Amino acid sequence: MYRKFLSALIAAVALLTAATAGADTTLLNVSYDPTRELYQEFNAAFAKHWKAKSGETVTIKQSHGGSGKQARAVIDGLEADVVTLALAYDIDAIADKARLLPADWQMRLPHNASPYTSTIVFLVRKGNPKGIKDWGDLVKPGIGVITPNPKTSGGARWNYLAAWAYALKQPGGNEVKAKEFVAKLYANVPVLDSGARGSTVTFVERGIGDVLLAWENEAYLAVKELGPDKVEIVTPSLSILAEPPVSVVDKVVDKRGTRKLAQAYLDYLYTPEGQEIAGKNYYRPIDKAIAAKFAKQLAGIKLITIDEVFGGWQKAQKTHFEDGGSFDQIYHR
Amino acid sequence: MGWPAFWEAVTAPRVVASLRLTFGASLIAASINAVFGLLVAWVLVRYDFFGKKLVDALVDLPFALPTAVAGIALTALYAGNGLIGGLLEPYGIKVAFTPVGITVALTFIGLPFVVRTVQPVLEDLELELEEAAACLGASRLQTFQRVILPAIGPALLTGFALALARAIGEYGSVVFIAGNMPMISEIAPLLIITKLEQYDYAGATAIAVVMLIISFVLLFAINALQWWSRRRSGKGD
Repeated sequence: MYRKFLSALIAAVALLTAATAGADTTLLNVSYDPTRELYQEFNAAFAKHWKAKSGETVTIKQSHGGSGKQARAVIDGLEADVVTLALAYDIDAIADKARLLPADWQMRLPHNASPYTSTIVFLVRKGNPKGIKDWGDLVKPGIGVITPNPKTSGGARWNYLAAWAYALKQPGGNEVKAKEFVAKLYANVPVLDSGARGSTVTFVERGIGDVLLAWENEAYLAVKELGPDKVEIVTPSLSILAEPPVSVVDKVVDKRGTRKLAQAYLDYLYTPEGQEIAGKNYYRPIDKAIAAKFAKQLAGIKLITIDEVFGGWQKAQKTHFEDGGSFDQIYHR
Repeated sequence: MGWPAFWEAVTAPRVVASLRLTFGASLIAASINAVFGLLVAWVLVRYDFFGKKLVDALVDLPFALPTAVAGIALTALYAGNGLIGGLLEPYGIKVAFTPVGITVALTFIGLPFVVRTVQPVLEDLELELEEAAACLGASRLQTFQRVILPAIGPALLTGFALALARAIGEYGSVVFIAGNMPMISEIAPLLIITKLEQYDYAGATAIAVVMLIISFVLLFAINALQWWSRRRSGKGD
């Protein structure tokens, strides 16, 4: 009796594993914090597209968190088929430390492997009581600026570099003046949260500060969630072009046999359908025709790139955010 | 990582400031808990009142609550627009986003350790002993000092040590209320996370090692004190 039960159990387990192995069309997308809504919509669309194209049912799992933390999870063994992170530096780290993908991963997809872009804008309280128009207003005495800690938050690094670039591009601007400007700006920061969502909560729920430096898509989401009677968006004269890149993780997809699917998943981001979803979620589509559709919500803004002003992420990270970098210096004077 | 690099990593001003803050705030929080935890345990053991069972259960709340939830709730309460923070704001007292806020969070999570270690000992403490002391002419203070304290001392020290150890390693509840300003309100565990975020595993380990050593020395000292106090009260083993 007991033996019979045991063999039945073994048979059931074997059947179950066989079933899951047969339908092994799951994909794990390891992403960063504010893409939750974007990928929820995109995954559903891609599953439908893939079913129509190949007849296979695909289940896409998502994982979200701080960009650096997510990269570390992949390095430490989280089996991500694709990574869609906040900055190239974090995917570089996966290539560099765990050798899960080749060093030239960013050349494999168009547009620096970034199917959508974003930028940094200001979120201020309704009616903009402190009259904040541009970066220059942030260093005035009595202005509270909310931004996360660039050491722990990818978004905060974009904020920091955008402020630096603004000062650099002013008439007579140079590295010394830029550092002074950023130091003055951070003297106005009362709280350094560890992540972008934390800063949004500090600004919105705790009522601290006059202006929040935020991802454009986070800012629009905040306005949508809270209503335009609480906060409004201010677009500065200049900001930074944030390119959140995507990549297949080669070693993982080869091991799991999901390369074709993973590649199709990323390619679909570049199709008009994928671009449309990015635009709907307040990202800037790279497809010009689709971008034109969203031109009204995504204001024209002069965007500088990290490559032209800072010489790429590796260099920017080293100069500004490593221990002893410019961010440490402005706190250690 | 060689010795010079290790030394440089752990003596950076930011690291030193964070270690001072972590151990300072933890010691203060554990001391507050030793006093008020004893009071709570005393009231729960010696008095009967309406809702006592509920209060007794509430003591365990910091154990059960996820630390992030505790941190966010405390921040909401103590921020300038919060229930308690709003009352303190007019007097210029800021709790959230200052080292005071960190101490508040550490006190919150440490309280049950003291209460739960002292409570059973107090329950076993015979009232007759105190009555005998009173009969022999001891004042209430003398009774407390000479009769009650030696009996509950070891348990109280254990509770203090547990609360301290928990506070030193605490991360989740503190990061929300701390404000995380370099040199002012950055706790050492946050710096470890920061280092990890930069893929500086060696630097993170260096800070962790220093924390481990200081914690070990502290706990060793507390245990030595306990051993000494037990010997002095004639119950040495």
